[in-house]
Amino acid sequence: MKAFGVFNKDWQSELRTRYAINALAMFILVTVSVILFSVGQETIESYLAGGLLWVVIFFSAMSGLSRVFVSEEERGTALTLHLVASPETIFFGKLLFNLLLVFLINGVVIVLFLLLFETFRIANYALFALEFLLGNFGIAISSTIIAAIISKANAKGTLYPVLSFPVLLPLILTLIQLTEFSLDGATIAEAYVELLILFIYDGIMITASFMLFDFIWKE
Amino acid sequence: MSDSRIEINGIGKKFGRRRIFENVNFVFGKGEPSGIAGHNGAGKSTLIKIIANVISPNEGETVYYHQNAKLEKEKIFERIGFVAPYLVLYSEFSPLENLRFFSEIRGIEFNLARAEELLKTFNIYKRRNDYLRGFSSGMLQRMKFVFALYHNPDFLLLDEPTSNLDEEGKRTVYELTKKLAQEKVVIIASNESNDLALCGKILELEKFKKKK
Repeated sequence: MKAFGVFNKDWQSELRTRYAINALAMFILVTVSVILFSVGQETIESYLAGGLLWVVIFFSAMSGLSRVFVSEEERGTALTLHLVASPETIFFGKLLFNLLLVFLINGVVIVLFLLLFETFRIANYALFALEFLLGNFGIAISSTIIAAIISKANAKGTLYPVLSFPVLLPLILTLIQLTEFSLDGATIAEAYVELLILFIYDGIMITASFMLFDFIWKE
Repeated sequence: MSDSRIEINGIGKKFGRRRIFENVNFVFGKGEPSGIAGHNGAGKSTLIKIIANVISPNEGETVYYHQNAKLEKEKIFERIGFVAPYLVLYSEFSPLENLRFFSEIRGIEFNLARAEELLKTFNIYKRRNDYLRGFSSGMLQRMKFVFALYHNPDFLLLDEPTSNLDEEGKRTVYELTKKLAQEKVVIIASNESNDLALCGKILELEKFKKKK
């Protein structure tokens, strides 16, 4: 429940400062508009729309999810957090906050894609929901631990995408593949291997993050 | 020997190639405040952060005792109150909101009476519902004392405790510090002679600089 305290503090702070939400909302608006302008009157294939969906999600994660730790370091409140909670509490509190943001923004992106791209039609919603759930967990976990690492560095802005790319690449490639399956109407059994990859990825990332965070958090 | 104490054994710290101090040994007990003295850059803040377990030393260890029982280092944050000029509270929240969130994060029930009592002691009760972003630096310093004392810590670490405070604020801090030192381990790191005058034992950091 202590982690929920960190989450609650971050959420209330976000509602007042709009650090991440504004950045994410603007990013989604701009990228989806750019895609729409560049496509013009052309009809894009469903697979391409599925790929674009995860490109937008990947870059929106880059623009907003690092704020959880960067804002603490920039404002100088990281020391205060050190003094009130254990590293595990901080990590899980921040993870909860990033999970909320990821589910919120990715939900909006998917609704926008369903409304704006007529070829983006999901044939198997159960598979897509499973993929969405496991994928969002993976993005939130990876983004949280990378945000903790880069918050201690000087070049925060440039380091985040550089570090995130190799870590998130296997996840994003698997998610693109699964989106193709769900657009094609494949069954969950047919997508078993890819779902297993997501499940293992999430398991590895949460374990590694939990083990590493103590070293990262303490100077 | 005091039943509550902090022992630092062979502590050394360097940043990159620059060694700040080495082989620092000291015992901070209760009864009267203990001091850490040294010129600017001597490493007073670094040492007090090591004692608070916020940063790690390169050598040595810090051991905490309460009622003669050795305490777990990983959970020491639960028993520490910390005040420093570089400590920053959440400016988008009011004093009461800050304390409420810290209670939640610490896993303790929010005690409004305790919070109000401390806000009155430090003369910021009237501003209890205003955002900290509108506070002056002196009022923020007072709020840091409220933050440090709210959870009734066994160890109180004060780095430059009277910075930004007016005369009335300094008087409150001195009176309270002397009183609290009867039952808690209080450590004051400062250059101010008035701050150090409160202290019984003083650790002179200059003595632990590496001899060239």
